[in-house]
Amino acid sequence: MLELKNIVYQVEENGEGIGILNDVSLVIPDGKLTVITGPNGGGKSTLARIIAGVVKPTSGKIFFNGQDITDMSITDRARLGIGFAFQQPVRFKGIRVVDLIRLAKGEKKLSSSDACKYLAAVGLCAKDYINREVNSSLSGGELKRIEIATVLAKKSALSVFDEPEAGIDLWSFQNLIEVFDGMRKNIEGSSIIIISHQERILQIADEIVLVKEGKIDCQGTCDEILPKLVGTESAVKSCGVVDLWKGGDN
Amino acid sequence: MELTDVQKKILEEVADLHKIPVGAYNIRANGESVGRNSSANIEITSKTDVSGIDIKIKPGTKNESVHIPVVISQTGLKENVHNDFFVGEDSDVLIVAGCGIDNCGSSDSEHDGIHRFYIGKNARVKYVEKHYGSGAGKGKRILNPVTEVYMEEGSYCEMEMVQIKGVDDTERVTHAELKEGARMIVHERLMTHDDQHAVSRYDVELNGEGSSADVVSRAVARDRSYQRFDAKIIGNAPCSGHSECDSIIMDNGTILAVPALEANNVDAALIHEAAIGKIAGEQLVKLMTLGLTEQEAEEEIINGFLR
Repeated sequence: MLELKNIVYQVEENGEGIGILNDVSLVIPDGKLTVITGPNGGGKSTLARIIAGVVKPTSGKIFFNGQDITDMSITDRARLGIGFAFQQPVRFKGIRVVDLIRLAKGEKKLSSSDACKYLAAVGLCAKDYINREVNSSLSGGELKRIEIATVLAKKSALSVFDEPEAGIDLWSFQNLIEVFDGMRKNIEGSSIIIISHQERILQIADEIVLVKEGKIDCQGTCDEILPKLVGTESAVKSCGVVDLWKGGDN
Repeated sequence: MELTDVQKKILEEVADLHKIPVGAYNIRANGESVGRNSSANIEITSKTDVSGIDIKIKPGTKNESVHIPVVISQTGLKENVHNDFFVGEDSDVLIVAGCGIDNCGSSDSEHDGIHRFYIGKNARVKYVEKHYGSGAGKGKRILNPVTEVYMEEGSYCEMEMVQIKGVDDTERVTHAELKEGARMIVHERLMTHDDQHAVSRYDVELNGEGSSADVVSRAVARDRSYQRFDAKIIGNAPCSGHSECDSIIMDNGTILAVPALEANNVDAALIHEAAIGKIAGEQLVKLMTLGLTEQEAEEEIINGFLR
């Protein structure tokens, strides 16, 4: 179980402190897929980065399975079982897809067939990608899928995905939903957080948390929260391409 | 042929050799040839005027290799070697050179070498050269290679030049002249550490129509080491040339990149790129989220960069 207590995150701008997260307290239950949603700029990604340890909160505490991890490094959190997929995946020079998957699995050597299954899971034809460099020759969508594959390979107790749908084309979107649906069906002993705007992802959530203006607006089961979100201002504000096409129906 | 364990280890580092290679070879240890084999198509003979060998590859020789590694394990040894490669027309060969110095003593050990390649029409050469140093002695390990490449019409040469560890001082000079339709590709990988000093100069003349060159260097300077990379491409005909120097600077290292282009023909298309920077913070963060420490992440990033 992940518990955030009174998390505050402020940045300085022109000598003034601007609150990105204002006293956020949240419990992410085990064995559940929790989707954190809300308008752009509301603090969702910052929350995800605070959980992974990439960003340190200004104040507040974070507990993972009862252990205070507030001051723990990214590495220690990763080793404790927290996985994190970046919204904008990092490019490297010379590091290949197979290397990233091997590092994610924490093994010195990894067979191609083992590495390939994670790529296949995210809809990439493994043999075309396994030896490619994770560099600027890959498209945004390809990188994004590789990023998700590394988190799948890591097999974390808590996996955090920051806007996994961003940059993925519509044709692959169905495949992405299937990936998360599959993870959810095999969630036993772990939990998943997805930061997302997409209704289709919200639909497969067990829990939904709405973050707005740096605060938790509401939290509950999918059945409780989703009907409130669809058609509201926050859903429209955060709409992606799919929402735009559905604009008339909302 | 008897080699000591240290010499065998160096041989493995510079030429990936665990045993006597197949095909033509010449193994030089502490200034002497300790093993040589010519094949039906590749003849290796000693030079009579200076120290070194001539390697003659018959026209049309395909899929054969030549290994000419050099190992030095004697402190204070200084040698100057001239090797000439005559690559016959239409041949396709792999040439593996490389030099390793193990210096456990207090005197400097130095290997200076000149490799000249005369590559015949439509011949293809892949050349691999690895330089390596080891040993705990105070004596320096110095390597100064000069490489000259003369390429005939339609020939192709790919050079992989690697110096990853242990060479205290190096000055590499590579000069190439390309005729019509010839193509040269260079991949240089260089890492310096401690107080090492490395200079690498390229001077590539594109003299024939349709000739092209791609000189790419990846370099890492750690600790207090110094590197200078000078790459000059001269376009004297309708040709295309590209040079790239991509470097990672760490600790108190210094890197000087001096790319230069000279066009003497209106249809010479020449490009250079040079970038120096520290390891990107987000790359470290990504690998740390996979459970690597910052130091482990750094090593992986560098190993990948220099692959």
